[in-house]
Amino acid sequence: MKKLNGIHLAHDKHTNDCVTVDFPLPQSVIIPMSQHMGAHCQCLVKKGDNVLVGQIIGDSEAVMSAPIHSSVSGTVTDITDYLLPNGAVCKAVVIETDGNQTLSPDIKPPVINDRQSLISAIRDCGLTGLGGAGFPTYVKLNYDPTKTPVDTLVINGAECEPYITSDYRQIMEEPSDVIEGILLIQKYMGIPKCKLCIENNKPDAIELMKKKTAEIGSIDVVSLPSEYPQGAEKVIIYSATGRIVAEGELPSHQGVMVMNVSTVAHIYRYSQNGIPLVKRRITFDGDAVKENNGNYFVPIGTRISEILAYGKAENAQKILYGGPMMGMCIYDTDQPVTKTTNAVLAFRDGALPKTTACIRCGRCVSTCPFNLMPVMIEKAYKARDIDELKKLKVMLCMNCGCCSYACPAHRPLAEINQLAKSIIPRN
Amino acid sequence: MNKLYVSPSPHRASSMSTTKIMLMVIIALLPSAVAGCIYFGLRAFMVIAVCIASSVLFEYLSRRIMKREQTVSDLSAVVTGLLLGMNLPATVPVYIPVIGSFIAIVIVKQLFGGIGQNFANPAIVARIVLMLSFTGSMTNWVVPFHYRSDLDVTTGATPLTAGWLSFTENGEELLMAPFTPGEMLLGKTGGCIGETCAVALIIGGLFLIITKIISPATPVAFVGSFALITFIYTGSAVETIYGVLAGGLLLGAFFMATDYATTPVTTKGKIIFGIGCGLITFIIRNFGSFPEGVSFAILIMNLLTPYIDKLTYTKPFGAKKPEKSA
Repeated sequence: MKKLNGIHLAHDKHTNDCVTVDFPLPQSVIIPMSQHMGAHCQCLVKKGDNVLVGQIIGDSEAVMSAPIHSSVSGTVTDITDYLLPNGAVCKAVVIETDGNQTLSPDIKPPVINDRQSLISAIRDCGLTGLGGAGFPTYVKLNYDPTKTPVDTLVINGAECEPYITSDYRQIMEEPSDVIEGILLIQKYMGIPKCKLCIENNKPDAIELMKKKTAEIGSIDVVSLPSEYPQGAEKVIIYSATGRIVAEGELPSHQGVMVMNVSTVAHIYRYSQNGIPLVKRRITFDGDAVKENNGNYFVPIGTRISEILAYGKAENAQKILYGGPMMGMCIYDTDQPVTKTTNAVLAFRDGALPKTTACIRCGRCVSTCPFNLMPVMIEKAYKARDIDELKKLKVMLCMNCGCCSYACPAHRPLAEINQLAKSIIPRN
Repeated sequence: MNKLYVSPSPHRASSMSTTKIMLMVIIALLPSAVAGCIYFGLRAFMVIAVCIASSVLFEYLSRRIMKREQTVSDLSAVVTGLLLGMNLPATVPVYIPVIGSFIAIVIVKQLFGGIGQNFANPAIVARIVLMLSFTGSMTNWVVPFHYRSDLDVTTGATPLTAGWLSFTENGEELLMAPFTPGEMLLGKTGGCIGETCAVALIIGGLFLIITKIISPATPVAFVGSFALITFIYTGSAVETIYGVLAGGLLLGAFFMATDYATTPVTTKGKIIFGIGCGLITFIIRNFGSFPEGVSFAILIMNLLTPYIDKLTYTKPFGAKKPEKSA
């Protein structure tokens, strides 16, 4: 099997050995009614309401959505407009905490006894992919098994982004949750095989999982090469199964479903205690963090400013949701931790290197996992040549950033690919 | 709170830069440049120095006059100057390197938009223009170490202009190469300053391949196709090896046919480019009126590069063939 292209990055996993601890409860949280792709939720509480941990505060009828729960117990002090990173505006619920963290009486373990009850339990739990992209998990499970039967569950524990160790800590701290979660999904979704994939820069995680699954025939632990972007969906499917998810296809068309290790572990925990997604594990690191870098369970809605203050990182010039390769810049420290935040990284220096002329060295082509040609795409984009852009298959770009990273002229090629996608009319 | 930088991902960049690449090429060229200076003396050093100085000056002035961002510090003009100097005989009068640099930097490179935008290799075009304009000076070869000898006659032949010695042995006519393999490898022959020392060129080329500055595809395809067709044509391994080591073939294959801007982007394209260079070099050397054809071969393939690029687009992972419109 041919290996896909990629790049070798410094791992910078400084927080590998940092055991996850609870983040101090903030004074107040701000919970946006849109935390991932899909429809915004309708706000179900109003100013002055008292809310409890796990109480539903937002929901939507739309297919691509998941309910939102309060992460704290306290009083709703405001419903504000909130500017999302994509430029849209949604409502956000501001809750002042009472410090008691009283659980909502509605919380009880779900009854799961077949495929449909599993899917609706996962929806009730408000779960989205915890790896970063944040696809609502129940939508992913809701494929039609008669049309696109899935025979392999690929569990993504690659964590190929530098700095982030939250998935690794999940594996090391609660390995049984991961395995039980996998078995739960396999049982009710009827998926016979599972490939649990971990990059080989985490040998102890691979060993632990191999030991724990030795008795379980259906789970196969796969050691992936430590090459970015092994954790990308199509790349990990190819590495784990050799199957190619073609243009316009979903993984289920190839009989595969990919889930993150933390996502499956959360499904298991929810099946046991019924506590929805109200807090999550994040990695807090970066060279601007002076102290307390590590892994934390953070209530959803905790403001980034609270986290920065905890690490004395107020002088950071660039703050990211997620890793340095695909993470998104935070533009306002009042933005909160959301369901999809797997890391908060703060860096002292945010300036980008100066861009110079393209010298046609071809590094962007030879590092692209999908064999795209960013050098040609840039030219075609500048000429607004839509036919050429289609021919160059720019729509396949997953924005992994290998091209921009490798470019000796520091051209923003990944960005140009996204701009090029946006000028192609959708049919 | 201080201001925050906001930019699209990725937020990291490799440490590789255009300047670093150019620096690596300069380092790779040094062994053969030094060898040339040892064989052809102070004069060779002067020719190279004038080439580099005038190239850098022309680059600076062009950018200045055109009111463009200054690009002297990317070192590409130094590479062009060094390559041009290595492609000249040591005996050329001092104005020739200056004219060459003007053609390379101003006409071929800057008038077309500067680094990365030139359609042909600046040093190659400069060499060809000088060759056609000042044929006498450009083919005035001297023997190595002429500066140490007391002889009046110092002109010598290059491996490509020297005749093969023929003799008869046991009734069979045999040809003997004018230079021994040792002389060829070490470069103790007549020729341009930087093209004679095969060992130094191979060391420099391997350095660039190992450090991944250049892809091995072009030099392997260039030298390989030339060697193959020469062997088929002559049937002689001696002549084939001689042909590979002679003239500017190695300098061209490792350092000129691998210029990023003027050669194809993909590996497939690079192989086609290399084979084209090899074949054209063979044709010109054997059937053309010039003894050497490397420069012309590379120039012709430079011109074909946009077409080769178009024909060698990569096949994206999972891409479906476009549906034919009815």
